[in-house]
Amino acid sequence: MTSVHDWTPNNPVKENRSGLIGKPVDRYEGPLKVTGTAPYAYEVQPPSPPAYGVMVGAAIATGRISGVDIAEAQATPGVLVVWTHLNAPFQAPKGTKAHPRSSAGSRPALENDRVLFFGQPVALVVGETLEAATAGAHRVKLTYAEDAPDVDFPGSLDRAISPVGEEDMEVGDFPRGFAASPVQIDATWSTPIQNHCQMEPCASTVWFEGEKCVAHTSIQMVKPAQHGLAETLGIPRDDVHLLTRYIGGGFGGKGQTYDDLILAALAARALGRPVKVAYTRQQMMHGTIHRPATVMQVQLGAEKDGRLNAFSMMTWTHCHREGNFTEHASNFGRALYAAPNRLTGHRLVKLDLPGAGPMRAPGEASGTLALECAMDELAEKLGIDPVELRTLNEPPTDPENGRPFSMRQLVRCLREGAQQFGWDRRLPTPGLVRDGRWLVGMGMAAAIRGNFLLPAKCSFSVDADGVITVRQGMTDIGTGTYTVLAQIAAETMGVPLGQVKVEIGDSELPPAPGSGGQFGAATAGSAALAAGQNLRTAIAELATGDEASPLFGGRPADVTFQDGVVAIANRSETLASLIRRAAPEGLTVEGEIKPAQDAREWSQQTYGGHYCEVGVDPVTGEVRVRRMLGVFAAGRILNAKTARSQLTGGMIWGIGSALTEGNPVDVRYGSLLNQDLAQYLAPVQADIGDLEAIMLDEVDDKANPMGIKGVGELGNSGAGAAVANAIYNACGVRVRDYPITPDKLLAGMIARGM
Amino acid sequence: MGDVRLKTTITVNGEPCALDVDTRTTLLDALREHLKLTGSKKGCDHGQCGACTVLVNGVRINSCLSLAVMHDGDAVTTIEGVGTPDNLHPVQKAFLTHDAYQCGYCTPGQICSTLGMLKEMEAGVPSQETPAGARPVLSDDEIRERMSGNICRCSAYPQIVAAIKDVAGVAA
Repeated sequence: MTSVHDWTPNNPVKENRSGLIGKPVDRYEGPLKVTGTAPYAYEVQPPSPPAYGVMVGAAIATGRISGVDIAEAQATPGVLVVWTHLNAPFQAPKGTKAHPRSSAGSRPALENDRVLFFGQPVALVVGETLEAATAGAHRVKLTYAEDAPDVDFPGSLDRAISPVGEEDMEVGDFPRGFAASPVQIDATWSTPIQNHCQMEPCASTVWFEGEKCVAHTSIQMVKPAQHGLAETLGIPRDDVHLLTRYIGGGFGGKGQTYDDLILAALAARALGRPVKVAYTRQQMMHGTIHRPATVMQVQLGAEKDGRLNAFSMMTWTHCHREGNFTEHASNFGRALYAAPNRLTGHRLVKLDLPGAGPMRAPGEASGTLALECAMDELAEKLGIDPVELRTLNEPPTDPENGRPFSMRQLVRCLREGAQQFGWDRRLPTPGLVRDGRWLVGMGMAAAIRGNFLLPAKCSFSVDADGVITVRQGMTDIGTGTYTVLAQIAAETMGVPLGQVKVEIGDSELPPAPGSGGQFGAATAGSAALAAGQNLRTAIAELATGDEASPLFGGRPADVTFQDGVVAIANRSETLASLIRRAAPEGLTVEGEIKPAQDAREWSQQTYGGHYCEVGVDPVTGEVRVRRMLGVFAAGRILNAKTARSQLTGGMIWGIGSALTEGNPVDVRYGSLLNQDLAQYLAPVQADIGDLEAIMLDEVDDKANPMGIKGVGELGNSGAGAAVANAIYNACGVRVRDYPITPDKLLAGMIARGM
Repeated sequence: MGDVRLKTTITVNGEPCALDVDTRTTLLDALREHLKLTGSKKGCDHGQCGACTVLVNGVRINSCLSLAVMHDGDAVTTIEGVGTPDNLHPVQKAFLTHDAYQCGYCTPGQICSTLGMLKEMEAGVPSQETPAGARPVLSDDEIRERMSGNICRCSAYPQIVAAIKDVAGVAA
């Protein structure tokens, strides 16, 4: 059995002799990104001039395409191909897995006349130029037999049922415990649909080299994309070479492929030339997944001293009619606070809206907007400081299942944050602090996000110049993967960073699960460490077995690696000279990581505390985030610079969730109202005040051989609640229907007689 | 309506470029698809995100909102004309040092926008943050206001402010 105890022995990352682990080094691929020379999927230069594909989206949410007229589109100058479901090339039926071990099944586009969501791609026009294809796309005439869309989420809560295979989690007797509690909170929060709005819309450039399909696309996970494309095209998996070297943001929304990839591939095959297809910004809103709306009821029952006696969090949410995604907004609450009587669960309703799916901190991002505000309300009702209330309810073990925490520094995060932020200056009574025209308030919230490890492989090569090349089918969506892999490689092999190359984002490299769920650095990095250790062993055996080496005859285990030199005590030579002489073709080895089978004996999370100060304009209802601080505990940090950036980025997502982001449904048409970046309000510079993220020292030896954890989701968890609580402290208005827009705040302030 | 083409000469990064383009081609697509200068990014194609920002005769514009044929005789600077990986412009260096980007897709636009914005400051062009009648001073709020046309979904906003202050010689 594999065990977390297998990770106890020392290793080069733990030893950190060169000090590269944790060092705030600049991004590996940074010089390319700041000069615009990193080619994203639509920018890869194919071997011959590409044709351009433009998709047409359905104008109804549900029903059938009853009429197709493509004559005018086909007659458009420069148009090469016009496809609808009537004339699209054959694709394997949806879900087909010709290869039983494929990590994704067939995902055909333009499959039939059924429309399953508004904006679903229903036609493709390929032209000699983007302008010709766009003009042709405008001339595709489709008529529809429309069914009434079932898209009213608030109106369908009573139809929601437990997601398949899930049961409510019950501990003790929640109804009795809640009823017996002298102090109670029972309130409901709601969050809207949100869109990922990655800056790079989904895009693919595809061509064929003989039988082989070369597909550059923008995707977080390489293998499922490769397998899914092969299955859809009905070709062997090895005949798809999928590449995704630079990705303009993912946030969960690029965890799956969309129709740009398969349509570009089909058109490239049909035309015998490269084809590029991209979603427009407008098409991204409907055509790719979104974070679904939620309604969350939180019930807290406490003793007068603040100890929780009863805790319940129930979430209602929605997904696509044919999907089965659940926004698990209640899950994180299972590990956060102690209470003997507990009830948590989810209710799901399937609607004719576009696909729901994971978006940065799925679960926590929505759920903390409810629970962490409920805790604020409870603190006020009890007359206890919100930080103290959380500290009082700190569980000794996981409150749901009794498992020990692998590492839990939540209270330290909260206390450190309170001190650094000046929390003691907060007045608990709202509405008392003024700064000019602004009402000023402070709020805080806890952050939590689970941590886990997935299987991955990686290869390390050393060449005759002593250069180490890391190869892995991993992705970097802006998270810093390139950089942390380079750091791990340099530290492990004892070479300067400039002597390391990193190649990722390629289906022909050793597989890794990709970027998502905050598991990327730990998973990919642990496989890299394993590969590095294997390469050290190979090099040590080479050196000690080579008569020409000063290390000849020594014990391989005694060989050290530092500053590009291999040594045993005072006998040494450079890595380059050893390889040049003893293995001029270079050496390549693989390494791999697997999750420990006993990992689930521990409750393993990352934690944080957010502190926020806002100004509220009592006349206009405008909210300004003046300053914000997050303190986090997430294991050993590989790169203090890129980790901080991820955390502050996540905090800003929290600000967006609290104040501006949301996409209302037009129930008449089953569409989303905000169809571009002028209407969907992702935060901009002027929305953000002074922001800082601090990372506590931590090593979690139950997490992986490096003791690291993830930070990509953590910064988002709880951040919006800190903003909402600060707004209440500023002006005395609780808005439980996100986002907290000026109209809602003004209504509350007017009701308070302000 | 078919494809109407016009000959247009645009000086791009100091090089005169003779283009024979569809009149519907935006400046952004002319740069990306015709001249293969793919540093300027397409984030929205509607002038809402700023990823396509370039300098035209020294002034920052959204190149997606402008047709190529409108720029006959203009001098366009794209990110490729600002600096190269081996010879970074100080603004590029500051973005690198301060980690003022993550996925990198908005970054060329942010950097071109920074260059245009710093020129506007030098020229004393006021913003909404500038007190009436006063000469603008490069404060955090001025930077935030003037850079709000460039969305960064990774949200490297604090790092971008730090990079700009560093390069402009403003104490952090």
